[in-house]
Amino acid sequence: MNLLALILLLLLGGIAAGVSSRWNKDAPRWVSLAVLIAATLWLASVWLQAEPGGLYAVTRLPWIPAFGISVYLEMDGLSIMLVGLTLVLGIVAVVSSWSEVDHRHGFFQFNVMWTLAGVVGVFTALDLFLFFVFWEVMLVPMYLLIAIWGHEARAHAAMKFFLFTQISGLLMLLAILSLVYLHYATSGTLSFDYKELLTADVAGPFGFWLMLGFFIAFVVKLPGVPFHTWLPDAHTQAPTAGSVILAGILLKTGAYGLIRFVVPLFPEAAMDFSWPAMVLGAASVVYGGYLAFSQNDFKRLVAYSSVSHMGFVLLGVFAANQVALQGAVMQMIAHGFSTAALFMMAGALQQRLHTRDMRKMGGLWMRAPRMGALTLFFVVASLGMPGLGNFVGEFLVLLGAFQVDIPVTVVAALGIVVAAVYGLILMQRSFQGTPAEDASPMADFGMREMSVMILLMVALVLLGVYPQPVFDLAAPAVEVLVGLAS
Amino acid sequence: MSAQDAWSILPLLVLGSGLMLLLLVVAFFRGHFAAMVTSTLSLVAALVAAFLVADAPPRVVLHLLQNDGYTAFFNILFLLGGAITCVLAYRYLEGRRGELEEFYILTVIATIGAMIMGAATHFATFVLGLEILSISLYAMVAYPEEKHPPVEAALKYLVLSAVASTTMLFGMALIYNATGVMTFDNLATPENARLEVHLRVGQALLFTGIAFKLSLVPFHMWTPDVYQGAPAPVTGFIATVSKAAVFALLLRLAVTGDALSGPVVIYALTALALLSMIIGNVLALMQDNLKRLLAYSSIAHMGYLLIALIAVAELTDVEFVLASALIYLGAYTLMTLAAFGVVSVLSSAEAGDDAQQSDEYRGLFWRRPALATSLTTALLALMGMPLTAGFIGKFYLIAVGVQGSMWVLLWALIIGSAVSVYYYVKVIYAMTLDEAPAPYPHPERTTAGVAVVAALGVAVVAVGVYPSPLIEVVTAWLSGFGH
Repeated sequence: MNLLALILLLLLGGIAAGVSSRWNKDAPRWVSLAVLIAATLWLASVWLQAEPGGLYAVTRLPWIPAFGISVYLEMDGLSIMLVGLTLVLGIVAVVSSWSEVDHRHGFFQFNVMWTLAGVVGVFTALDLFLFFVFWEVMLVPMYLLIAIWGHEARAHAAMKFFLFTQISGLLMLLAILSLVYLHYATSGTLSFDYKELLTADVAGPFGFWLMLGFFIAFVVKLPGVPFHTWLPDAHTQAPTAGSVILAGILLKTGAYGLIRFVVPLFPEAAMDFSWPAMVLGAASVVYGGYLAFSQNDFKRLVAYSSVSHMGFVLLGVFAANQVALQGAVMQMIAHGFSTAALFMMAGALQQRLHTRDMRKMGGLWMRAPRMGALTLFFVVASLGMPGLGNFVGEFLVLLGAFQVDIPVTVVAALGIVVAAVYGLILMQRSFQGTPAEDASPMADFGMREMSVMILLMVALVLLGVYPQPVFDLAAPAVEVLVGLAS
Repeated sequence: MSAQDAWSILPLLVLGSGLMLLLLVVAFFRGHFAAMVTSTLSLVAALVAAFLVADAPPRVVLHLLQNDGYTAFFNILFLLGGAITCVLAYRYLEGRRGELEEFYILTVIATIGAMIMGAATHFATFVLGLEILSISLYAMVAYPEEKHPPVEAALKYLVLSAVASTTMLFGMALIYNATGVMTFDNLATPENARLEVHLRVGQALLFTGIAFKLSLVPFHMWTPDVYQGAPAPVTGFIATVSKAAVFALLLRLAVTGDALSGPVVIYALTALALLSMIIGNVLALMQDNLKRLLAYSSIAHMGYLLIALIAVAELTDVEFVLASALIYLGAYTLMTLAAFGVVSVLSSAEAGDDAQQSDEYRGLFWRRPALATSLTTALLALMGMPLTAGFIGKFYLIAVGVQGSMWVLLWALIIGSAVSVYYYVKVIYAMTLDEAPAPYPHPERTTAGVAVVAALGVAVVAVGVYPSPLIEVVTAWLSGFGH
């Protein structure tokens, strides 16, 4: 399959959606939904037709030969999973904002599609220049989504998001160029090709600084403590589609970067750094959970829970054994589904109640039983109930990390306890208890929302009871890392 | 002067003839439109001539002017800038009472001055070009003379520019005294050791004057006031053509004249670069006025560019360093012209100040989508966002800095760019707001201006998406440099 065509399909779909608003204000969302479904089907057919374990698609075109830069896109098992996650959550995002967005429909869908295109590029680019281009390009439409359609404090949140990402991106750019010219000086080949740069000799302190440049860029996006402060603001203020994309997909680009670039490009430096990185991971797990527990804002609680859950990914990547890495990949996928659902719920509640404050909720189960049951399901999934995908991810990460560093793992395991506390508090304060006396009737989920929610539920159950396909898909990438780390 | 000499300076000759024609047109068929069309066509004709002679073998004409690919690149840049300024100025000036034709004469003369600077290999042509450019600019800045801000800006520019010119002249005199040469050729070696002091003081004065013209910190004080007061099309011209001309000259002085050698020159330039990057960006943070904001951002951009200048002394691959400077200047010219182009289209010489308060840009996305998209593109490019020309420029500078291990300057570039994100994004955010703007007397749709601005926006993106043709042309043109 031509990967460039997939990205162009999303870009052009975005333009088509934007233009279509001239004729009909409902057209844009239908256009983007159709494009996303077509892209998902296309991807599924590629997945089913290809031989397992190999590459699913490669595209390589010359771009800027003067610097050895090419349009080099490649999709292996890890990439195809994440691209699939991107497209499915893209559909969720479009559906979840179906009736929420009330102005500038065309431009909204344009930005959604361009963000998704950028993310697909990030997950497939194997030329460091191209990767950086996608990394930055997904930022602008996401910024516009928050800045134009966000909630009350959107200006501040959008700016913070932009600044954090851009500054860390500049660090990464400096690291990329330093790496390329380091390789040029030793080998005489000027190239941004990932596979060429894997052979670069980056031993010594300089390699460590380069690794740190990449590491910070990815950990800001992940986000790990202490670089997480942009996340609660951005997630809370973004419109529902924005939150779904941010939490479900954009955070995974950070995790993907750690797996694809930091460890393979700088194996020695990364392994020397594994203890601090694991400590950061465990700190994110516990501190994120602690902060989530003390929120009154439904959406902000879910946002902080993301910090906690993504901490497991950081922990798993730097534990760097097969079990932990497989767990990290599983956690990326499962967290994408469960958090997307919770953000969709938060958006639905805000639309109905015009508040996200849990002190003004309570007893919502009686008023909207379907929403209550669904929230319970996804809260339980996110706190790590066995049988669902998140449990598999967190359990494997802890199992793997335990073999590497027991104290850090013990601290991180506390995160599961904290998750149970904030998860149940979320449930209790919003959906249980007695409704206020003057409560007006609240519309429950209809067909449109239910179909998306059931899709996400089925995905989480499948991941939980039969995770083997994910492990098989991730295996080649994971084995490379395990080989490099040992 | 031989026929080959004449062929080498064909663009100058064409534009000079165009100027004569323009004078005749203004004398016999006085009319705003005729003057605009004649001047624009002359500039375009000279542009064609510049392409024609770009591949001619390098040639020095009368010891004064060098024609090579480097000259060709800058000729094209200046002529493009001049032509765009003419088109943008047409609608802008329409509301002004009195004669308007002289503005185009001045623009053409200023462009000739810039072209002379781009080709200068001798102190005489240096001064000649600089003064032709500057003196035209004073009048262009003050052109809407019924209003207060342009006249004030012109006066400030006149006084400070004159001080800078005299400083430079004195520096040249001292350098000549020490070396005995006025051509850009081995300006670094004094005839005997006693004259070393003359040479160093001369260099210091020369660079001070140039720093004034490039508005590097701490010689930047005039920039925000002049940018704010000057009519928007002229501000665009000053920010691009005039800056690029001085930089073109400085770079040639550094490479062929070897003017950077000397113990403290590199340290002094590094200090100027660091101060410009940091202070320019920090002061831009505090601006609520788009023209002042762009003024401070241009100070920072000149600071970034100094990385290329300093690298001339640090790196052996001079052609790569020159390519980085040329590509950065090309990108900077496109995006800055696009930004000031939007301001020009929204402003008029007729009444009030130019559109520059951030309130006036509120909701521009929904009122004038094409203009808002162009301005957003320009600002993202100035920020260095990938897929725009600005990123290619910044990419080149970082590549040069990494090769020269210039880590301090690179950190300043990173920190400066990070700070700049805030103020550029603030403007973009203002354009996305819903609030209806206060009723400002903006001119209605101006098709030519909007088309030019949109074309610049497209060019910024095109260079960013597929820079290879530009890189190849610049590399090919530079391959003969200095030989």
